[in-house]
Amino acid sequence: MAADLSTTYLGLELANPLVASSSPMTGNVDSLKALEEAGIAAVVLPSLYEEQIEHEALEMQRLYEFGVDSFAESLSGYFPEFEDYSTRTEAYLVGVRDAKEALDIPVIASLNGTTRGGWVHYARKIEEAGADALELNVYLIPTDPYASGRDIEERYLDLVRAVKAEVSIPLAVKVGPYFSSPPFMARELVDAGAQGLVLFNRFYQPDIDLETLEVVPTVNLSPRTALLLPLRWIGILKGMVHADLAITSGVHTGEDALKAALVGADVSMMAAALLRGGASHVTRMLSDMQTWLDEHEYESITQMKGSMSIGTAPNPDAFVRANYMKMLTTYTSKGA
Amino acid sequence: MTLTEDAARAEAPTRTMETVDGNQAAASVAYRTNEVLAIYPITPSSPMGELSDDWANKGKPNVWGNVPTVVEMQSEAGAAGTVHGSLQGGALTSTFTASQGLLLMIPNMYKIAGELLPAVFHVAARTVATHALSIFGDHSDVMATRATGWAMLSSNSVQEAHDMALIAQAATLESRVPFVHFFDGFRTSHEVNMIESLSDDDIRFMIDDAAVLAHRNRRMDPDRPVLRGTAQNADVFFQAREACNPFHDAVPDIVQRVMDRFAERTGRQYHLFDYVGAPDATEVIVIMGSGAETVESTVEAMVDKGEKVGVLKVRLFRPFAPEALIAAMPATVQTVAVLDRTKEPGAVGEPLLQDVFVSMGEQTQTGAASWTETPRVIGGRYGLSSKEFTPAMAAGVFAEARKDDAKRRFTVGIVDDVTGLSIDYDRSFDSGPKKRLRALFYGLGADGTVGANKNTVKIIGDTTPLYAQGYFVYDSKKSGAMTTSHLRFDDDPIEAPYLIEDANFVACHQFDFLNKLDILGKAHRGATFLLNSPYGPDEVWDHLPREVQQDIVDKELVLHVVDATAVAREAGLGQRVNTVLQTCFFALTDLMPIDDAIGAIKAAITKSYAKFGDVVVERNNAGVDGAIAALHEVSVPDAVTSQRTRRALVPADAPDFVQRITAMMMADQGDLLPVSALPVDGTFPTGTTQYEKRSIAVEIPIFDPEICIECAKCALVCPHAAIRLKVFEEGDLDGAPESFKVKPFRSRDLPDALMTIQVAPDDCTGCSVCVDVCPAKSKSEVKHKAINMEPKEEHLAAERANWDFFLSIPEIDRSKVRADTLKGSQMLEPLFEFSGACSGCGETPYVKLVSQLVGDRMLVANATGCSSIYGGNLPTTPWKKDEHGRGPVWANSLFEDNAEFGLGMRLALDAEISEARSLVSDLSSDIGGELATALLEADQTTEAGIEEQRRRIALLDDVLDDLDTPETRRLKAVSGALARKSVWIMGGDGWAYDIGFGGLDHALASGLNINILVMDTEVYSNTGGQASKATPRGAVAKFTAGGKRTGKKDLGQIAMSYGNVYVAQVAIGANNMQTVKAIAEAEAYDGPSVVIAYSTCIAHGIDMATSMTHQKDLVDAGYWPLYRYDPRVGEEGKHPFRLDSRPPSRPFAEVALKEARYAVLSKVNPDGHERLMEEAQRDIDDRWSLYEEFTELDRIQPYEEAE
Repeated sequence: MAADLSTTYLGLELANPLVASSSPMTGNVDSLKALEEAGIAAVVLPSLYEEQIEHEALEMQRLYEFGVDSFAESLSGYFPEFEDYSTRTEAYLVGVRDAKEALDIPVIASLNGTTRGGWVHYARKIEEAGADALELNVYLIPTDPYASGRDIEERYLDLVRAVKAEVSIPLAVKVGPYFSSPPFMARELVDAGAQGLVLFNRFYQPDIDLETLEVVPTVNLSPRTALLLPLRWIGILKGMVHADLAITSGVHTGEDALKAALVGADVSMMAAALLRGGASHVTRMLSDMQTWLDEHEYESITQMKGSMSIGTAPNPDAFVRANYMKMLTTYTSKGA
Repeated sequence: MTLTEDAARAEAPTRTMETVDGNQAAASVAYRTNEVLAIYPITPSSPMGELSDDWANKGKPNVWGNVPTVVEMQSEAGAAGTVHGSLQGGALTSTFTASQGLLLMIPNMYKIAGELLPAVFHVAARTVATHALSIFGDHSDVMATRATGWAMLSSNSVQEAHDMALIAQAATLESRVPFVHFFDGFRTSHEVNMIESLSDDDIRFMIDDAAVLAHRNRRMDPDRPVLRGTAQNADVFFQAREACNPFHDAVPDIVQRVMDRFAERTGRQYHLFDYVGAPDATEVIVIMGSGAETVESTVEAMVDKGEKVGVLKVRLFRPFAPEALIAAMPATVQTVAVLDRTKEPGAVGEPLLQDVFVSMGEQTQTGAASWTETPRVIGGRYGLSSKEFTPAMAAGVFAEARKDDAKRRFTVGIVDDVTGLSIDYDRSFDSGPKKRLRALFYGLGADGTVGANKNTVKIIGDTTPLYAQGYFVYDSKKSGAMTTSHLRFDDDPIEAPYLIEDANFVACHQFDFLNKLDILGKAHRGATFLLNSPYGPDEVWDHLPREVQQDIVDKELVLHVVDATAVAREAGLGQRVNTVLQTCFFALTDLMPIDDAIGAIKAAITKSYAKFGDVVVERNNAGVDGAIAALHEVSVPDAVTSQRTRRALVPADAPDFVQRITAMMMADQGDLLPVSALPVDGTFPTGTTQYEKRSIAVEIPIFDPEICIECAKCALVCPHAAIRLKVFEEGDLDGAPESFKVKPFRSRDLPDALMTIQVAPDDCTGCSVCVDVCPAKSKSEVKHKAINMEPKEEHLAAERANWDFFLSIPEIDRSKVRADTLKGSQMLEPLFEFSGACSGCGETPYVKLVSQLVGDRMLVANATGCSSIYGGNLPTTPWKKDEHGRGPVWANSLFEDNAEFGLGMRLALDAEISEARSLVSDLSSDIGGELATALLEADQTTEAGIEEQRRRIALLDDVLDDLDTPETRRLKAVSGALARKSVWIMGGDGWAYDIGFGGLDHALASGLNINILVMDTEVYSNTGGQASKATPRGAVAKFTAGGKRTGKKDLGQIAMSYGNVYVAQVAIGANNMQTVKAIAEAEAYDGPSVVIAYSTCIAHGIDMATSMTHQKDLVDAGYWPLYRYDPRVGEEGKHPFRLDSRPPSRPFAEVALKEARYAVLSKVNPDGHERLMEEAQRDIDDRWSLYEEFTELDRIQPYEEAE
């Protein structure tokens, strides 16, 4: 009998642990449908960026007021007026509605805010649009030398609490790895209302253009090696926090997803692998997972989930500091 | 307006009140009663076309349920032709225009009237350009059409612009005679007032369906073929021309019937002539237009005092109805004063005067009048170009009319100390009860004051029983312009079409105005004064100039301060202080409870801004919420304490003309200048912007010589010539301020020279284009460049001293400079500086560059448009002279004829050259054979050669002075022509691609040595962003709201088709060198040249600081290929066409999205945007491959070398 791939995430029943994370693939109904047909169990829509929406709204207003009533020959500004310019929010909400209508699998919306009011405001709208769950995509790059780690953490917690108080759909929080104590922070996020943690956010990183001497933002699809960082932290957090855990960044194959399940991930989220391999890649992964589980005589994914976390692995030390020392030792002796 | 009995009104349907301006009032009816609208933008009528276009885009139907077709044409002449054709086709058709535009329609107006085609042209009457252009209002345009056979119906107010639009439409359909419906430009077209609006049912009630059908049935129809527009000869033309008489004769009765029917429906009764005043008046003013309302309010005040005066308002001017005039005139009248808002030099009197005079005389002769002897008729002019016409002036006219020796012809409102025509009047005349609230607001265009005030008028109009009126006055600058808002509120309707002179509320929205202008001059005793002040209630007093303190104390003003700028900043509103100050206005007046007012302001904010997004609404609401707490009353001391007075507007060493005349205009006191102060023929001295230190920048570029690489890009791109490069010798530095920065100048030609980059701190607009293009970056701090924007206040004192010293350094000897290089061009003095163009303007760098290269020998023909406004709008103008007194001579003719105008300059110059050369030959023995030969054979291809020729001419002039014969005097008059001159024909794309294209094409075909600079902003910039044929595919503009669906016309290719025309396409920000070279080559080419110059414009919706660097992106995308087509190269056996830019290397869509004109469409219609971007990319690819083929072109087109 074939092993059961089904799992749950944020209280949602999923046919398997593979979830498409925010990417252009989840940005239109056609590719969403293709993903669903290929077997994806849930989708996370691209993020709604408060900063971008507000920037555009303010720019549009400035544009339409530019030059107005300044010069007697051109008093009404320089552009014909339209009924509505705030289409990005609307388009996003329409996108949520369309996705819900087109898909049978759960639809998770994603939100990136900048202000407390913005987080709450847009979270509410997303809920109204019918999303099954909401992923808060939070990243704060601290640049203030007078803001302590605790200050920054409080800001995360504050907005999770604020959103939780306003919406009733399940809430996941996607964070980066740069906390002094990820387990502490994870616990606090859960206390603040997060029902799921998504590990980890991949940030845009600045690069330098040597010719123009300008700082340029870059983003690269995550390499396979990116899997290792969240793999460790899920392994550590599993059993420590009462929340669902999603692994994201570096999941490319069925084997990766199995590893994620072993350390305790409830779902494996993918973007790069899907962008590279297309929707059909999901089918291959599921098949690979099924084969492996069957070959290794697992009854279900649930059975293996967390079987190699820090509390259950045969060599838990490998999850902690010794891991680094050991590699260093190995390297040194190799070079000798 | 007179009302019939209440009963008639009671039967009328429920009326809704609307707060609109005159243009909207007229357009609202025109749109709903027509099927085709052929339009062309011209101030002040453009909003009528824009509104119609907007309504059509939104699918608003006319009263027959169809959406009218709105089509923009290439000129008003084109619009009139289209109207004519559409009328022949049986469609109900209209247009909107003014001034020169109406004049361009005249040929078709004769045709339309001659063919009895019913139509209404709605005209926001504007001054026709004579000695100067004016965008403001008078009747000179409509009066120029009075021979066309069109009926002419005048509206005096916003309500009437609405009502008469319908009356004209109904009457034209019933009479078949076309109508000009006109109202005063700006005064009525732009006044915001409350009107009772006409519903679709009202319109249907008024329009005779049978007449509409009859018009349709006369249409051109192959099923019922006819022929119109025959050529007739002496045998029948005359009779046929008289055949239309019955139709014209019938018009007055038809109009009156329509007016009566209108009254039956609406309660507003109009007559052909409406009399208001004492039934037994002895003095009556006859007048039409908004001035009639001014006279009416004067008459009311005078009649209340028992005076026997009255006003006769003319509604239907043509056909003139003498019987109706006499019937309306009181039988007791002794003197009739007819006021015309136009001037007809040489006529026995202005048109209305003539008609009234003839009518009264004739009616007396025929016995139709009740008097036996014709009353005395005198006539005067008033209000030209929106000159104020006040009740005091009207009272002055009555006073004149009472005199036994009254002037038979006079002017009122000015002081004519030349011909003595003006009448004096008592300025203290009391025009009766004051309106409850008379508020004056002084703001900047950019701070939103006018918008907030329009909104206030609307709030009061829509939500209270009060009536409200708003009128707005603007200055002539495109950046940093001041606005004055005149708002009246009252329990009764407000029809005062004149400015507020005794405000009981004054608001100054920009603190610095107090240091420059007389802000409180019109404050009434006890008025409230609201001041946006960075200083709080306890400290503000000490920061006020003495004059302001004096007014506050003397007039017992109640002073309130608010730091609106801080509140706005806090709320994230930037410079937009409008909602903050609007809230304060409501808090300080009793128009409505403040809580209600705040609710209404917020509702208006939601209405205006919700379409942009919640954040915009929230921020504006935050501004409102922060206002009241920041508002403080100031405890005013009893006495004036300040020792500081307002700044002098011009420096003490400015020339006499500037001191006496320009400074008065700058101080907003131009109304006080007498006739003798003004030039008789419109000729003004050049170079006056240098005396107007506007100091509007917040940050200015500061030079760091350590970093500078002497590339000169900053000076090249500066739109205002406010950052300059100078090369000089060490000895020139004597007396330099310590802060003056110099560095060694690296040049083989000029060893040991020094250079500097200097900002003119009070002339810089702070656009920062110079810093954006500066390529030199500090090695240790990359953001630090060779010039950096820094707060002006920190540097002002030092940079003023530096600038003064900079000016004292001698200009470089032109003959030592390689002018056709980037650096060389910038070592030359710009003879175009500190224009009032928009901050970051993309046109002015080209103009300035040409002035550097050839300004000292340049004639400019400038098409009407942005460049004629920043180039020639008073009070101050940017074209200037060099130290030798030479400089560009500049003239503007019209919009449509600029190429021909410049061609004429060339012909005159050639005639002078020919005359001079032949006289030099003839007189060679007298002037010396050697000199004569040298003069005739001079090589003037270089600056040195030109300079040498100038020296010869000076020698020649000396010789000629000694000889003094008729021939030598003839030669002396034209000897200057022997030095090479350069004719430049400049203008924008509206001129070159559209309205002036025919002339431009002809000038190119002339073979003459002319240089044409087309500053292509791809849109009608000056009139506010309407599409031209230069507008590219996919861009949104007015009249192409859905994104332009056709590609841009390739003007360069058309010009190249002649073969012997030098053609260059340039973008100064993309390739500085190519631009400099192209202009130098065009100038050097002895034949027609055209340089098509990409000009970034605020109408593109880009950050103008990147105005220049953005051009590089456009060139990289292949959107704007750079090229030069040089017939001389062809003659050398090479390919004449040379591409100066590389093949497209990035997708156009990516670059286009940096411009709002494309990005807007991507938001409101993403699919349409995507499709148009794909097509635009195909345009680019196609054009590039075509141009690549051109590069292989072998072509030798002979051109005639000028002598």
